[in-house]
Amino acid sequence: MTDVAQIWSYLSQGPLLWLTATLAAYAVGDACFRLARRAPVANPVLIAVVLLGTLLWLTGTPYATYFEGAQFVHFLLGPATVCLALPLADNLPRLRRAFLPVIAALVVGSVTAMVSALTIARLFGADAALLASLAPKSATAPVAIGIAEGMGGQPTLTAVLVILTGITGAVLATPLLNLLGLTDWRARGFAVGVASHGIGTARAFQVHPVAGAFAGLGMALNAVLTALLAPFVLGLFLR
Amino acid sequence: MLQALTLILSTQLLGEVTARALGLPVPGPVLGMVALTIGFALSPRLCEAVRPVAQGILGHLSLLFVPAGVGVIGNLQVLQGMGLGLTLAILISTVLAIAAGAVSFAVVARWTGAADD
Repeated sequence: MTDVAQIWSYLSQGPLLWLTATLAAYAVGDACFRLARRAPVANPVLIAVVLLGTLLWLTGTPYATYFEGAQFVHFLLGPATVCLALPLADNLPRLRRAFLPVIAALVVGSVTAMVSALTIARLFGADAALLASLAPKSATAPVAIGIAEGMGGQPTLTAVLVILTGITGAVLATPLLNLLGLTDWRARGFAVGVASHGIGTARAFQVHPVAGAFAGLGMALNAVLTALLAPFVLGLFLR
Repeated sequence: MLQALTLILSTQLLGEVTARALGLPVPGPVLGMVALTIGFALSPRLCEAVRPVAQGILGHLSLLFVPAGVGVIGNLQVLQGMGLGLTLAILISTVLAIAAGAVSFAVVARWTGAADD
């Protein structure tokens, strides 16, 4: 019989173990989310990330080894973004009617996200490279990283800030919007998509299909607007 | 299933190629999403053919962010001495952006009479 160490060294090198662990951790996160009656704090992504992070740390596994397995899940982000065409097409008449509110919320949400984040970071003495890494954090990851690099930011830091922004939005959106007394699913979803991209959109779909469709639209539009506005807004803070 | 998946991946590929060829600041999948939305609007048959697969993928959208999230845990040291400043910047700006965006949507919807049905 082979001993445990040998089995471990074999499994830990292939993608099977960490792919399985990713799905299992998410299943646990999702079960907790359901047990907590879909409370936003019991965010399944957050729970799965903490579980897997702890597991990698305990087993001394480098992220690169983990990603060998997890890349199959990560890859699906691209096709999933394309699939957002389905809720958009289903809600096309509704989207057309909401043209003006959409434009207003897009501009206000996008500018508020950038200006307030940069103001706070500068109060804490952030330098130019840090501000450049922070400015596009509400845009979806590939766009944000591209924008930050183009403005002299640091890609790894931007990636971390983008994910943290997404999780923050996903956890805080529901209690915040309830507090504001907003009941329009279009307004709720769209604002979450603009402020916290795909992770916020995933949360919006858990709440309501119309909120999800508008969140997907918000994410897509803010990717474009952030790319156009970020260099200009950052310029205001560097003078 | 196979045809739907091929169509989804081809649309993404088309988006990637277009974004790179024209040097657009938008990621390929987002362009693909726009293209497929137009395709669905033009052909309800296409929409129904892709629906089961698209719903399957979107049904677990949250799961797809887990690998990137795990990467954050390993890279938290990049926040370094700016941890508090950046955490506050993220928390406050996200709250303000969601609130301001949602309120302006609702206000303009009321002004323009663009109420939902």
